[in-house]
Amino acid sequence: MEARARNLYLVPYVLWIVLFVIAPILLIAYYSFFNVEGQFTFENYAKFFTPVYLRMTLSSFWYAFLITLFSLLVAYPTAYLLTKTKHKALWLLLIILPSWINLLLKAYAFIGLFGTYGFVNTILEVTGIGKKQILFTDFSFVFVSVYIFIPFMILPVYNALEKMNPTLIDAARDLGASPWMTFRRVVFPLTIDGVKAGCMAVFIPALSLFMITRLIAGNRVITLGTAIEQHFLVTQDWGMGATIAVFLIIAMAILMLLTGNRKRGLIDIVKR
Amino acid sequence: MSKGKWRLSNLYLIAVFVILYAPIFYLMFYSFNSGGAMRNFEGFTLEYYGEVFQDTRLLIIVLNTFIIALLSAAISTIIGVMGAIAIHYIRSNRPKGTLLTLNNVLIVSPDVIIGASFLILFTIAGVQLGFVSVLLSHIAFSIPIVVIMVLPKLQEMGGSLLDAARDLGASSWQVLTKVILPYIKPGIFAGFFMALTYSLDDFAVTFFVTGNGFSTLSVEIYSRARQGVSLSINALSTLIFLFTVLLVIGYYFINRRNSRPTGKEVRT
Repeated sequence: MEARARNLYLVPYVLWIVLFVIAPILLIAYYSFFNVEGQFTFENYAKFFTPVYLRMTLSSFWYAFLITLFSLLVAYPTAYLLTKTKHKALWLLLIILPSWINLLLKAYAFIGLFGTYGFVNTILEVTGIGKKQILFTDFSFVFVSVYIFIPFMILPVYNALEKMNPTLIDAARDLGASPWMTFRRVVFPLTIDGVKAGCMAVFIPALSLFMITRLIAGNRVITLGTAIEQHFLVTQDWGMGATIAVFLIIAMAILMLLTGNRKRGLIDIVKR
Repeated sequence: MSKGKWRLSNLYLIAVFVILYAPIFYLMFYSFNSGGAMRNFEGFTLEYYGEVFQDTRLLIIVLNTFIIALLSAAISTIIGVMGAIAIHYIRSNRPKGTLLTLNNVLIVSPDVIIGASFLILFTIAGVQLGFVSVLLSHIAFSIPIVVIMVLPKLQEMGGSLLDAARDLGASSWQVLTKVILPYIKPGIFAGFFMALTYSLDDFAVTFFVTGNGFSTLSVEIYSRARQGVSLSINALSTLIFLFTVLLVIGYYFINRRNSRPTGKEVRT
């Protein structure tokens, strides 16, 4: 009776898994072996290892790394200070609220803010620095991306900090550790899981951004995401797009395995 | 902590908040600018709000966006809850783990990959790109979120409650509707709400599978923003911001209302 009911519930869900999880991945892998004319070939993979695509992959990883690093540098102190405020829940809600606003609108706002006659340039002029080209530069790309990803970094770090036992800090202080030492040896190691979760939540989407690269970076920055979008929707070279997607999936899987294993290792250490 | 340090940390928090909110308020502020651009505020006008409400194409797109969001959230909640219950009742660890891993694939996949792979899928399956393809993909990427929100509630429930219900003669249908569903209701609401916001917020996946005739708000804003600044987008974003705030407040109250009765139920 129970088993039959369970199987009944399982049917639509498994159908979903087969159709929308397994089939798409297989299709991506399958398409990566076909060229524009629809012939079976390995040339997409050969093309991926030419300097053009390798440089693009490298720069994509570099930008994703920068975005993750700056997000962490801004988010960690913010999360830490948030745990010290009086009305934590309210402050946290206020931090998360902007992340509910449609991404497109935020990117669009920066077109206005960073424009030639925009707010930032007006300030630069008043302070005597003078007008600068801000939009369509690497700086604006990284800045806007960090802006968009910060809430996703703050949340896991905040949760990790909240879970931490505050008496450990007192203990460290009593034993004569300086604030920096306490942070480096006690607080940071104990919140490393939150930091990792945050980095994963930022790094993978940052690798595959394509809307911001077009609107803010004016096609100057080409990420893996932009390349996939370009191949699928502009040049209609689905095979090459699928090949890049295959490498993105592999990179993602490796990253997840790395962080997952480390987490398991940590749990083992704690258990011991 | 010394007083100077305290002030400095407050300053840092305030700076982060200002930067987080500045772009949004910048957009809202210039939506009232009669000058026609996001610079040099000339005078107050509601012209662009009028423009938004007269733009039938835009209004249809807004309507489409909401229909897609509500339908996909409702359907994915149903399938997700069924999936969560099924996963919960699988006893052996191996298939359970496999299902959970597969469940999380779409959550961690970048939008571009989801969009591209669904585009291939729909093309091969012969699904016309448009309303149906967008709806199907929104359902698809919302299901795992619902499962993730419902599963912890199921685990929290424990087996004794179900055993008690069965000992007292409840049929499996009664156990489901009178015990399980009421207990996991907060999780279901949270899942539905998350699905709703994911659907409203999605740009990348929709952009891939939308085809020519059909458009949602995000895709429309993207194509308009690529042509440059137009203050009717600002007016629209102000309206969306207010709506979002209302939605968040609503969610907050639903959560509070839900947590109270369940707390009581557990106690009695």
